[in-house]
Amino acid sequence: MIEILETAPLNTVQDTGRFGFRHFGVGTAGAMDDLALSLGNALLGNPLDAAGIEVQMHPFHLRVTVDTAIAVTGAAEAKLDGLLLPPDWAVPVRAGQVLSLDTPPKRGARSYVAIAGGIDVPVLLGSRSTCLRNGYGGHKGRPLSAGDRLPMGAATATPVPPGGIGAAPMESGEPLTLRVIPAAQHDAFPEQVRARFWDEGWKVTMQSNRMGLRLEGTALRPEKPFDIRSSGIVPGVIQVPPAGQPIIQLRDANSAGGYPKMGVVIEADLWRLGQARPGDTLRFRRCAQAEAVDALRAIDAYLADVAATAALCRGMASR
Amino acid sequence: MSGLRISAMGSGALLASAPGALDIPTQRRIWALAQAARGWPGVREAAPGMTNLLVTFDALLADPEALTARLHEAWAGDLESAGTGKVLELPVIYGGEKGPDLGLVAQRAGFSEEEAVRLHAASEYVVFAPGSSPGFGYLFGLDERLHTPRKNEPVIRKTAGMISIGGMQCSIGAVAGPSGWNAIGTLAKPVTPFDPFREPPVLVLPGDRIRFTIVAILS
Repeated sequence: MIEILETAPLNTVQDTGRFGFRHFGVGTAGAMDDLALSLGNALLGNPLDAAGIEVQMHPFHLRVTVDTAIAVTGAAEAKLDGLLLPPDWAVPVRAGQVLSLDTPPKRGARSYVAIAGGIDVPVLLGSRSTCLRNGYGGHKGRPLSAGDRLPMGAATATPVPPGGIGAAPMESGEPLTLRVIPAAQHDAFPEQVRARFWDEGWKVTMQSNRMGLRLEGTALRPEKPFDIRSSGIVPGVIQVPPAGQPIIQLRDANSAGGYPKMGVVIEADLWRLGQARPGDTLRFRRCAQAEAVDALRAIDAYLADVAATAALCRGMASR
Repeated sequence: MSGLRISAMGSGALLASAPGALDIPTQRRIWALAQAARGWPGVREAAPGMTNLLVTFDALLADPEALTARLHEAWAGDLESAGTGKVLELPVIYGGEKGPDLGLVAQRAGFSEEEAVRLHAASEYVVFAPGSSPGFGYLFGLDERLHTPRKNEPVIRKTAGMISIGGMQCSIGAVAGPSGWNAIGTLAKPVTPFDPFREPPVLVLPGDRIRFTIVAILS
C-alpha cells in the first residue's frame, strides 16, 4: 500500500490516458507529462503506461507500507526520509520510509511518482487515469487527500539496486517551443494574423490547468466571425475564441469544441505543455507529419533505451 | 453527395467535414462512416461531430494520406446507418438563474421570453453527436429563429443539466464547467447522463430523440 500522509489539492492518479471511448464524449485524461511518467516506469521495469501519481501542487508526502521501489521524475525535488534524490531517479524504499515533495519546482510544473508494479486502482473504460472534470477513474474519481491508501500492483521486474538508478533527460531542445500542424481554420485567418501566431511569443496565463492553457498575446482576429459546427477535438488543439486569445486544450479538456482551430501541437510535444506554467512564454513552430512521426519514434527509442539500460543495471546488481 | 473536406487535427487525427446543410440525411451518413472507420487498421477512435467526423489514429501505424483517401472513397459509396431512435422526454425550468441567457436569446430573435421558450420546446431534437463531455451530446432541430452566436469568452457554469444554444446548435450540459454557449434553462429533474459503470455509459446515443416540456419560466 501507499499511504498519502499530506497533499495539496489536485494531485491525482494518472496513467498515459484513456483511449477508445471518444464516441461517447470520453476524453483522454492521463498524465500531463506522459514522457516523465513513462520514464519513471522504464526505470522501475514497469509497463510504460502503468499508473503513477501526478504531483502538481505542494507539499506532497507519502509512505509505503512494504519494501518496494519508487521513481520520481519531472520537475520537483524529492526527498526520501529527508535525503535529496537526484532528478529522474529510481530507488528501493523500505516499509515506513517517507517520500516528500515539499516545494514547487524552480522550472517546470509537474512531477510523477511511479512505483514498482504500478498503482493498482480499478481500470475504468480502459484506463486508471483520473478524470477530474467528470469525477471518475483514478482513486475514487477525485484528487488524492491525506489518509488515502492506494493499492500497488505486483512487481515483476528485478529489484532496483541500493544506490538507485537514473536516466539522462531526453534531448529536448527548446522546452517551450512547440511543433504545430496547421488545422482546419488556419488558412481562413488573414495572412498577417497567421504570421503573428507563428512569429510572436504567447504567455501562459493563470487560467491554466489540466483542462487547458489560456494564452495571452496580440489578439488573433478573423476577418469575419466563424460559425463552425462542433466537432471532436484532441489534446493539443489550439482554438481561437472570438476575443482572439488562444486556448490550448489539454488532457482534461472537453472532447468536442466549436471555436476556430488554428493548429494542433504534435503528440510528441504534448509533454512539454504539461511542464508549462503561468508566466512562461510559448512559441509555435510549423511542422509536417513526417517530422511529427520522427519525434514520436525518438521518444519511443529513448524510453526503450532507458528501459533496457535500467534492466541491465538491475540485473547486474542482483547477481 | 459532394466530397468531404478533410484536414489534419494534429499528428494523430483527421477531421472530415461534410459540406452542405446540417441535416439528418447527411448526419446518418456520418454515423455510418464512423462505424466503418472504426475497423480500419491503425484507427483508434471515430467520433461523430455535427456533420463531421474526428478519426484518431496511431501515427506510427497509419498514414494520414492513405486514411484521407479511404475516407473519400467510403463517403463516395453507399453508407447506411441504423440509429437506435429511442425517445426521451425531459422537463425543463427556463429562464432566471436556471437560464441566464434566455433574455438575450429572445431579444435577438425579437420575441418575448415566453415566445422563445415555446418555440424551443416545440421542436423534437435528434441526438447528433457526443457532446463536449460525456452525456447528452449535440442536438439537432433548433428552430433557426433561435440561432444565437457563441459568447466571445467561455463562462463557468456552476451546474450540470443546463440547456444552451451555440450558433445553430442546442445541447444539454452533462457537467458543470466552462462553456461559451447561451444557457436558456435547466433540467427540472436531475438525471445521470453519464455513468462509467453503466453499459453503455451514456444515456443517449446518436439517433435518439429528445422532447423538452416546460415546467416553469422564471424571470
